[in-house]
Amino acid sequence: MRLRAISLVVGALVACGAASASGPPNAADLEAELVCPVCETTLDQSTAPVAQRMKTFIRVRIAAGDTEQEIKDALVDEFGKGVLATPPRSGFGLLAWLLPLAAVLAGAIAVGLLIRSWSRRRAPPEDELPLDPQLDRLVDEELARFDT
Amino acid sequence: MAHRAILVAQGVAVGLVVLLFILLAWTLLTEEGGDLAAAAARGDRPQAPDFTLERLDEEGELRLSSLRGKVVVLNVWASWCIPCKEEAPFLEQVWQQNRDRDVVVVGLDAKDFRSDARRFMRRFGLTFPIVYDGPADAIGGYGVTGFPETFVIDRDGNVVKAFAGAVNTKEDRARLRAAIEQALSS
Repeated sequence: MRLRAISLVVGALVACGAASASGPPNAADLEAELVCPVCETTLDQSTAPVAQRMKTFIRVRIAAGDTEQEIKDALVDEFGKGVLATPPRSGFGLLAWLLPLAAVLAGAIAVGLLIRSWSRRRAPPEDELPLDPQLDRLVDEELARFDT
Repeated sequence: MAHRAILVAQGVAVGLVVLLFILLAWTLLTEEGGDLAAAAARGDRPQAPDFTLERLDEEGELRLSSLRGKVVVLNVWASWCIPCKEEAPFLEQVWQQNRDRDVVVVGLDAKDFRSDARRFMRRFGLTFPIVYDGPADAIGGYGVTGFPETFVIDRDGNVVKAFAGAVNTKEDRARLRAAIEQALSS
């Protein structure tokens, strides 16, 4: 039952992704992903004249049938890579995506090692470990001899 | 084994922090912006940072240092900047009046669309060399904080005077002409 629910959710997400990828780009989405070169906030937050001009440019290019990537590439050609709110997933920009993942992984490993280290420290000392059954029996026999 | 791994992890973490501090210090030490206009105002004549940029008035690129031996009036502008529109006809006038005296007016269009810049050039009939710096990488060294700004650079590539804001008043225009004469005579 749970598996079916998960597969339904995953299927819906994939369908949404496919639908958004195939449709025309959304101006509001693009404005949230691009930065105004003057005030350095995203376009949707900016009222600077150049930001207004960029918003117009985006709408004109959408109407002309450009894809999201084509519009971003055109703006990078004019204003440089700094116009992208998120770094590119290639070249040096890839580091910005990989470093946080590497940091999380390193943190998880460090936490794992710490837990392992603490659990070892809390293990009973060797002299408290149970005796070997044969040795235990021999000790009992010897002690019994003293009792008699 | 686990102890050694923890030590290695701690070493890596400390190394990363040290690396970040070095990057921060390097950024702060190499940042030139902001002081150029102040240095010129004190009479220090700081070196104008060199650049090579795409031209908008014709094909090819322009390197600032290729103009050594001439006085350069470098004007940083953008088509969306309203004071730049008021200033543009005066700069064309300065160019026309001084182009035979080893004076070159260079327009540097930044944070702008090329098409808008070209439309601006046509509208105001600008005929002096104009370069394009969409990402504003080249003007970082000049410490430009707003548009327009104008720098008068002498024959050796040193900044004689910097004007923050439009050179629109009678007094400012007289000061710009005086700075050109000063640069020519030095």
